[in-house]
Amino acid sequence: MSSPHPTAHVDYLLAVADDALVNAQRLGWWISRAPQLEEDVALANIGLDQLGQARALLAHAGQVEGAGRSEDDLAYLRDERDFRNVHLVEREQTDFGVAMARLLMVAAWQSHLYAALRGSTDATLAAVAAKAVKEVAYHLDHAGRWVVRLGDGTEESHLRMQAALDAEWPHLEELFDGSFLDPALVADGVAVDPATLREPVLSTILAVVEEATLAAPRVRPAVGGGRTGRHTEQMGYLLAEMQHLTRSHPGATW
Amino acid sequence: MSDWPLWEVFVRARRGLSHVHAGSLHAPDAEMALRNARDLYTRRQEGVSVWVVPAAQITASSPDERDAFFDPAADKVYRHPTFYDVPEGVQHL
Repeated sequence: MSSPHPTAHVDYLLAVADDALVNAQRLGWWISRAPQLEEDVALANIGLDQLGQARALLAHAGQVEGAGRSEDDLAYLRDERDFRNVHLVEREQTDFGVAMARLLMVAAWQSHLYAALRGSTDATLAAVAAKAVKEVAYHLDHAGRWVVRLGDGTEESHLRMQAALDAEWPHLEELFDGSFLDPALVADGVAVDPATLREPVLSTILAVVEEATLAAPRVRPAVGGGRTGRHTEQMGYLLAEMQHLTRSHPGATW
Repeated sequence: MSDWPLWEVFVRARRGLSHVHAGSLHAPDAEMALRNARDLYTRRQEGVSVWVVPAAQITASSPDERDAFFDPAADKVYRHPTFYDVPEGVQHL
């Protein structure tokens, strides 16, 4: 058994971290725009949980890399091709139904991923996962309740929730694609093979979809590539907004 | 969604204390109200237990009735247990 390349370890940590970071950035868009003040705060809290997970993971990735990069360097000074997040989290979400469909999928994925990563041989990753698993349980609960209320609500809300689910579903498969991953990382117990999470994640999502009287979309998976740095057009705009302050004013502090 | 009902939120800060009114919020139903309460009123570890009550279910005294309700208690000092001598050595009274 060959030992995993250090770069592979860093890339894996970045994949998990960047999903959370980019998801946090998209959730932040809802602050002041959610249907109700209470939902503004709820989505902000969820976004901050995601940001917290990203920070811990990015700081750890910087240490494993050993090149002296901090969490801020990794968040603000990497270019688009160096981000490892999936397309699911990076696309615009200006429809509340889409936001809840996506949060359901991301939270279901993270619930099973973090639960498995609690047993990682990377002790820091295991500790972050152990803390995060409680946070994402709440995210899953929040998204699930909205999907059920909108899906099993009025005729109009049912149609729009189904449309939202249809729009997000093609991007689900990218989460389960482990082709970017060095198999030695899985063998060493650092990483979890994403393919093994496919069934539990789908069954968590489908239970909500069924309760919401919605139909699981029968759509072809979209072309992914986020894990190897190939992103959608919208990723550039997201990074421009997220990074411009740090890049325009290097070293700025509060 | 301005037609969402109003809920009153009660938070218990620690085991052994009572639930105390913390504020109010809007939510479509009781389950969502409980979750909104968690997000709005316990995000800085303020509580270990939360109650939500539909505001419409609370019957409150009216400010107009304040004199009739509360003033008669003002001069009844004998209702306060201040006329007892506390025996020495009693610590938990």
